[in-house]
Amino acid sequence: MKNPLDSLWGTVITGLVLTVILYYAVKSLIGG
Amino acid sequence: MEILPGIFRWVHIMAGVMWVGLLYYFNFVQVAALKAAQADSTAAGITKHVAPRALFYFRWAALATWLAGAALLGANFVSAFTLHAGFQKIGVGAWLGTIMLLNVWGLIWPNQKKILGLVQATDEQKNKARRVAFLASRTNTALSIPMLFFMVAQTHIPM
Repeated sequence: MKNPLDSLWGTVITGLVLTVILYYAVKSLIGG
Repeated sequence: MEILPGIFRWVHIMAGVMWVGLLYYFNFVQVAALKAAQADSTAAGITKHVAPRALFYFRWAALATWLAGAALLGANFVSAFTLHAGFQKIGVGAWLGTIMLLNVWGLIWPNQKKILGLVQATDEQKNKARRVAFLASRTNTALSIPMLFFMVAQTHIPM
């Protein structure tokens, strides 16, 4: 499997996906 | 000393703009430019004259950003890093920024010193250093996206 960080847009998409994951993790931590 | 938090925030944002701005320059511009420059043998212009200067401001701006951010957190520093109630969003942002700072000083800069010939390294060590520095830089670019989201979210995005 290709490393997404080898491509610039793979890197940006990785960052966006991580943002969504952390958003829901923090939201559940807050209890929202 | 009510002015201090405002000064810390100002420095934090200015240094952060320089840090992340140069990070985006490396990833969005320089990587592709170097590839093209190597094809027509003009890469030395970048590696000798541009990259060392950009790396100088990059690594010191990273440290200044973190220190100003820590000063801004002040008495809430521990609450943020332990994700205490009310500090979860800024805490996640602070953790991501801290990981990015460690990447800069622990992986990117030591490996760039080998690549740029500032420390002795064999060709094999330079090739390995290139890969590690590249991946650490790309990791920081990816982490900067949620980091900036959570920095903004603390006061501007309800969750």
